[in-house]
Amino acid sequence: MLVPILRQGPYLIASIQSALTDADLLRLRDDLVEQVGRYRSRGVIVDVTVLDVMDSFAVRTISSLAQMIKLRGAETLLVGIQPEVAFTMVQLGLALTGVATALDLEEGLSYLDERDKGGERVGGR
Amino acid sequence: MPQRIAVQANVQPTADLLSELVAHLGQNRTQLREEWARRITESVLLTAMTKDEIFAEATSVYDNYVEVLETGSVEALQAYARNLSERIIPRGVETHEVVGIVLLLRDVLARSLFKKYQADFGLLNRVLDAYEPAANRIANTVAVGFVQERERIIRQQQEAIRELSTPVLQVRERLLILPIIGIVDSQRARQLTEQLLRGIRSNRAKVVVMDITGVPSVDSTVANHLVQTVEASRLLGATVIVTGLSPEIAQTLVTIGVDLTKMNTVGDLQGGIEEAERLLGYDVTSTGRLAAAHGDRE
Repeated sequence: MLVPILRQGPYLIASIQSALTDADLLRLRDDLVEQVGRYRSRGVIVDVTVLDVMDSFAVRTISSLAQMIKLRGAETLLVGIQPEVAFTMVQLGLALTGVATALDLEEGLSYLDERDKGGERVGGR
Repeated sequence: MPQRIAVQANVQPTADLLSELVAHLGQNRTQLREEWARRITESVLLTAMTKDEIFAEATSVYDNYVEVLETGSVEALQAYARNLSERIIPRGVETHEVVGIVLLLRDVLARSLFKKYQADFGLLNRVLDAYEPAANRIANTVAVGFVQERERIIRQQQEAIRELSTPVLQVRERLLILPIIGIVDSQRARQLTEQLLRGIRSNRAKVVVMDITGVPSVDSTVANHLVQTVEASRLLGATVIVTGLSPEIAQTLVTIGVDLTKMNTVGDLQGGIEEAERLLGYDVTSTGRLAAAHGDRE
């Protein structure tokens, strides 16, 4: 299932709509890495609100996606992780190091705005 | 043929001997009961109870005891032991006391048997053969009943403590505090983390101050639980500030080498809240009205 990627000002928003296969995830990664350069985006937000399972492959793919996007000069923000998913990830030792996080899309956008303005940082890191 | 007789001698008379035994214990009820109560007082057992109470309970135990010898069924005694335990546990009666008095009763009765059958050693032996297994079973039943009751109470209390769940409180918009009091085991840590994550989401919190002043000790398991809680909160976009690490806990953590670099720690709850306010962009200033308000009241 294709993940829609929306442009919102200087940011890209990938809003996941349903459970993704491994291939879908890789496709999402490739699309984002490509588009972040094409649209000269400063930040990428991946919204995982609908996911109630995040396996190790998903976590690894998102980590690598964040690293790639960093190399392309933008920041990745993961938003909408469910409490149960967060708990399971931590228990399995799947910490998303190097990926900033926020509660939901709204928080994520305001976090990126703050960061662009050079304001004080809260949360995430 | 002699073999057959031996078998009969072993099996057949046991019931007769037991009923004779029961009759003996029935006849000497008053005297044996008093002797037993005297021995209990002498051994300084059941100090939490008065003499009259001891005597009353002794009577009930004695009658139940004789009944078990008579019927061979421990069910009534089991129920009685549970009931007794329920009454005496809140008064601080210890396991050794309960086991002690039952063993004393066994000894008192055995002595009286020795005395009665001292003339006939063979008969005494057979009487004891009949008496001892029954007596041991009774002692077992009472002790197990007592311990089970105690365990039930302990379980009940654990449940009660668990239900006094850790509150997640909002002190300012986007700022939660989580005061942890008492021992943190795996189950509680799990519950605590789940509660905190839910709290973060429903209050849209950005900063959480986790105060562990009330946690008596921290070992590597607890420390790892704390690290996990911090990590999970981060995944929801909230920063966790841990406060109230006592000098002992700080030393323990450093000694056992738990990696706390991911944790943001501040000395006490006040400092934690101030740091959180700074992160959230609050600027709390005193209006200087405290003195005036104080003056008004006077």
